[in-house]
Amino acid sequence: MQPPAEHVHWLFATGLLFLGLSLLGEALVGTEVWRRRAWRAYLWPSVLFGLGVLMWPVMTFFTNSTIHTLAHGSWAEILMLAGGVELALVRGKLVSPWWRLTMAAAFLVSGLAFLVHEQNAWFFQRSSFLHHLMGWTLVVAAVIPLARCFRPRSVAVGSAFALTFVVLAVMLYCDRDLAPVFGHLSPTVGAPHR
Amino acid sequence: MNAELVSELEVPRQRTWRARAVSSLGPLTVLAATVWAIAQPYRITLLHPHGQGFWWLVVEPPLLMIAVGLLFHFVVVRGLLEDLEDAASR
Repeated sequence: MQPPAEHVHWLFATGLLFLGLSLLGEALVGTEVWRRRAWRAYLWPSVLFGLGVLMWPVMTFFTNSTIHTLAHGSWAEILMLAGGVELALVRGKLVSPWWRLTMAAAFLVSGLAFLVHEQNAWFFQRSSFLHHLMGWTLVVAAVIPLARCFRPRSVAVGSAFALTFVVLAVMLYCDRDLAPVFGHLSPTVGAPHR
Repeated sequence: MNAELVSELEVPRQRTWRARAVSSLGPLTVLAATVWAIAQPYRITLLHPHGQGFWWLVVEPPLLMIAVGLLFHFVVVRGLLEDLEDAASR
């Protein structure tokens, strides 16, 4: 009854897409309007926290090496921490805007987790390519949540932050367990899926 | 012209633009998913369900994307537009 790994990627892509749309909505209308209804204020931090929680079963059931366990485990922890911090900021339990640096740390750790647990080269197969691409995207995009600490009300920074999640969702939707990337597929991988 | 009057004229226009942008997010997501489903119909397992397992029938990326677009539009955006209009009228 365990789903194939590609299905797990697609389910996480769905969560990230919803997260991205919510963040884009907040960036467009402004934080004050977005937080007029309490449930909406807690919406995207809760989704982020939930994605962190769901990373634990991924660590448990989709582990084929120690490095996978460490990558998925640290990923789960940092996503839950980032989601928790954002929830506390919304609730007012945390006040300092510097707590938003947790999100930059989450981007960095997530990017490193992608890069560390992909041990094949870029063009080994599509999932290898996408893991490298998503890893470097997150490492480079860590400057966006950093900029959010300095300019929390900027529509441009908020939109860039939201679009990062949308782009990551698109990459995750493209992921397949066994498929070529730009015509490249290592002969050691096996027969590609449809 | 009085600067105060100019700013009063510009605020509703800006909010209208924001309202249009935010209300287009859901439909654009659904449109993108529909284009994807047409380009890669084999990603919709429901079109050829015979012999498919549980996960292949439940997790179908274009359909998930459509679901996200609809959920966002009907659950989040509706109330958001009301609040945006309310904020603009004050």
